[in-house]
Amino acid sequence: MHWNSVGEFFAMGGYALYVWGSFGACALLMVAEPFLAKRRLSEVRKSLIRERLADELETQQRTP
Amino acid sequence: MKQSIIQWFRFASPQSFYPLAGRMIPWFWAAAAAFGIAGLWISFFVAPTDAQQGEGYRIIFVHVPASWMSMFIYLVMAFWAGLGLALNTRLSGMMAQSLAPTGALMAALSLWTGALWGKPMWGAWWVWDARLTSELILFFLYLGFMALQAAIDDPRRADKAGAILALVGVVNIPIIYFSVKWWNTLHQGSTINLTKAPSMAQTMLWGMLLMALCFWMYSIAVALTRVRAIILERERHTEWVKHALE
Repeated sequence: MHWNSVGEFFAMGGYALYVWGSFGACALLMVAEPFLAKRRLSEVRKSLIRERLADELETQQRTP
Repeated sequence: MKQSIIQWFRFASPQSFYPLAGRMIPWFWAAAAAFGIAGLWISFFVAPTDAQQGEGYRIIFVHVPASWMSMFIYLVMAFWAGLGLALNTRLSGMMAQSLAPTGALMAALSLWTGALWGKPMWGAWWVWDARLTSELILFFLYLGFMALQAAIDDPRRADKAGAILALVGVVNIPIIYFSVKWWNTLHQGSTINLTKAPSMAQTMLWGMLLMALCFWMYSIAVALTRVRAIILERERHTEWVKHALE
């Protein structure tokens, strides 16, 4: 470990913008992407459940 | 049909692959986290300061993994698309469709981190050299694949059209790989080869390899999640999907 202080770590020897801009973009996108993928999966699941409920309602209405 | 020792097509149907993917996903997330923590630790606390580039070189620990993944995912995507085209399998097409956004993301990160590295070291955010330009083309190929598939209503026809685009675009991958050898480029030459020992410091190499593994495990985890969504979307008319959510 060669950082003498937290400030030094964040400064990255003057390259802070470039290093943290890179790692930051990776972190941002690699959190957003799985979130969106999981959301897509849960949306289709919910849509299928709604569809099934609608089908059940329809069959209930036809057989009073 | 005689029963052979290896059941090659056991998981070739969307119905059988869906639960398998579901079971695999947590393991890939665990692997991604483990490699990521180890890789980041080495990237920031073990790998030394570079003699020429100071701390700025640390971008390598995300730039190289993203670049490698952008190329590798394209090959895997083209493989599944081509297999789907040849064997007329739905699941292969679904897998290709699932991989494209992740590959595009990796290509975008490669270009972004590369620009942020180039500015302090070369003095330029961008140059039209062979490697950068061919990586940009790769990014456009991913977007084109996604746009083409989205534009075609029938999913089976979309699979076929996308497959042809993906297969034609595969020629770009060796171009990217050999660009630094074939042309006089600003981008540095290859440090890691199949035939000779890497010329970079051990700790830097290890950091890079661990981060590459992290990005790989991440890509698989996300692609498997997305393919599960695609399977349910495209197979919604089937009995097993109707009963799967009971």
